[in-house]
Amino acid sequence: MNIVVCVKAVPSTTEVKMDPKTNTIVRDGKQSVVNPFDASALEVALSLKDERAAAGLDTRVTCVSMGIPATERLLRDCVARGADAGLLLSDRAFAGADTLATAYALTCGIRALPAAPDLIVCGKMAVDGDTAQIGPELAGAFGVPCVAGVTEVVSLDDGTGGAGAALTLRRDSDEGSELVRVCLPCVITVSKDVATLRMPSISGVRAGEAAQIDVLTAETSGADAARCGLTGSPTQVVRSFVPEREHVSERIEGTAAEQAARLADIVRGME
Amino acid sequence: MAGLRIDAEKCVGCGRCVRACANGGVRIEGEKRERRAVATGDCVYCGSCVDACPVGAIAIERGEAAGAADLASYSGIWVFCQVDGAGTVLPVAFELLGRARELAAVRGCAVTAVLGEVPGASEGNAAQLIAAGADAVLVCRDERLRDNDAECFARLICDLAHERKPEIILYGATNFGRELAPGVAVRLQTGLTADCTVLEMDEETGLLHQTRPAFGGNLMATIMCPAHRPQMATVRPGIFRAPEPDAAREGTVEEVALAADMRPRVEVLEHATPSDEPSITEAERLVVVGRGIGSKKNLKLMRRLADALGAELGCTRPVVEAGWLEYRHQVGQTGVSVAPKLLVSVGVSGAIQHLAGISGAECVVAINEDPDAPIFGAAQYSVVGDAVEVVTALLAELEG
Repeated sequence: MNIVVCVKAVPSTTEVKMDPKTNTIVRDGKQSVVNPFDASALEVALSLKDERAAAGLDTRVTCVSMGIPATERLLRDCVARGADAGLLLSDRAFAGADTLATAYALTCGIRALPAAPDLIVCGKMAVDGDTAQIGPELAGAFGVPCVAGVTEVVSLDDGTGGAGAALTLRRDSDEGSELVRVCLPCVITVSKDVATLRMPSISGVRAGEAAQIDVLTAETSGADAARCGLTGSPTQVVRSFVPEREHVSERIEGTAAEQAARLADIVRGME
Repeated sequence: MAGLRIDAEKCVGCGRCVRACANGGVRIEGEKRERRAVATGDCVYCGSCVDACPVGAIAIERGEAAGAADLASYSGIWVFCQVDGAGTVLPVAFELLGRARELAAVRGCAVTAVLGEVPGASEGNAAQLIAAGADAVLVCRDERLRDNDAECFARLICDLAHERKPEIILYGATNFGRELAPGVAVRLQTGLTADCTVLEMDEETGLLHQTRPAFGGNLMATIMCPAHRPQMATVRPGIFRAPEPDAAREGTVEEVALAADMRPRVEVLEHATPSDEPSITEAERLVVVGRGIGSKKNLKLMRRLADALGAELGCTRPVVEAGWLEYRHQVGQTGVSVAPKLLVSVGVSGAIQHLAGISGAECVVAINEDPDAPIFGAAQYSVVGDAVEVVTALLAELEG
């Protein structure tokens, strides 16, 4: 079975600060991490691999990312934690991609893998973009079903019974928690609390260092440049601005008792 | 290929672009009068430098895009109207219809509600949608739409859109809407803007100005989809106000069919049972605690405050990571977004990821020891003081 995990490099959360003077993002150090939702996605894939290994079945987990060349470091870390391979899509032509162009690049990368995936696992969303669009767009591009917002992988039926491989999953619907069954191949997107990514083992770290991370450009991945990056993005950011604070802030001074009295008045006044 | 173009004749080397850039995509070279901005190759084309440049020296050029649409052949605004398990249209659909009505008035076009129901559903939904602002309702009544199967709904909307060419499609940013809309976008090869908080219409061009929070709400970005149709956006529930229903409004109802070859491929084994645990997402009052409350044993005091206020208890990420409270209490970008009428924030410093999750709160009261804590920037009422001391005194007031 082939499992693809899509990972995105995001600024490490502690590093994101606003400059109070210019009201712009300060990204010093350029330290990036795997999007926390994608880390959970990787753990889901690795758990399935472990489960299948116990039953004597082979599973290959490949992490795929689109990003700057330095993202290779994160893919090595994924291998250190148990992934079998990493593929990086990196090219100036990919820069400025919106979700449609990103999903297209990832689709090209996944198609270039030696074997077609049975399962694609994505984080539900990225903490820096927050669109939650890549997973469902990948599913649409591959013409396979998508289950978004998975909170628990209940079981994997490997299809030896004859009905074809299928996953039983719990997901967040708009009315609560739902139990669903979906046939492979499919795409699932996972919520962050579905699993916590394991730490790398000593041998894993060595495997990560030794791993061959394949790097594909737009051309070598077979992508049409007109559908990549800024050029291939239907949406454009036309303006960005700092939102105005609509309210005025009142600072409540005095002793704790005086502050509490004023707070109690405010709270009571809202009833 | 796309690229950042800097006009060296116009550039005055002021460096505003460098400060505006979050990605190191531009730097200043040269000395004194020769100082000029140059692109470094790390640009992600976000446009921040273009906005920051005081002399208009920076532009982003795009290459020849694929799949541009014949814009003039598209017209009308569609609103996807989601129904719940009981067959009731979700409130966000009415909110969107209200805004769509206003946008349509600017553009001079029609508003169409797209509704998918099971056979035998009451006829009432279509009438309600018309009363809320729809000129036409396209309704598909089909057993395959019972379990909100995203593929079946995407196929329905795509087939209708191919045939009838709407200029805009709006979706509620519910769990289902956030799964469905990208599926439609990729099949129609068009743009989709998530979680818009402002939608405005350009009367002449029909371009939808879609504004959404970026970087955790500290920055707003206005996004357009100039060359592809339909223009699509999702909007979170509660952003727009639903209009008063007007029973006198007239509109047409047309039955449409889902393609015969579609089969749901996701089988729902067990339907959702709403959880008994109180949801902090919908709480009207919320006490949110951060590591600044000092220790886990102080949680008891904070729970008492929540009880006294009739509030639910939320927390920041560090509190979850320390094991003081479970993940379902976490408020912020990697937790849940909340929109209470009153939010009392205790011992929370206010990282931007957290502030992003509380931007919907009507009134924020913040108690923190550090007078420079960013949380005060988001608060209507600021109390600089020891969390435990202030809360204890407040409880004495409220319980006394």
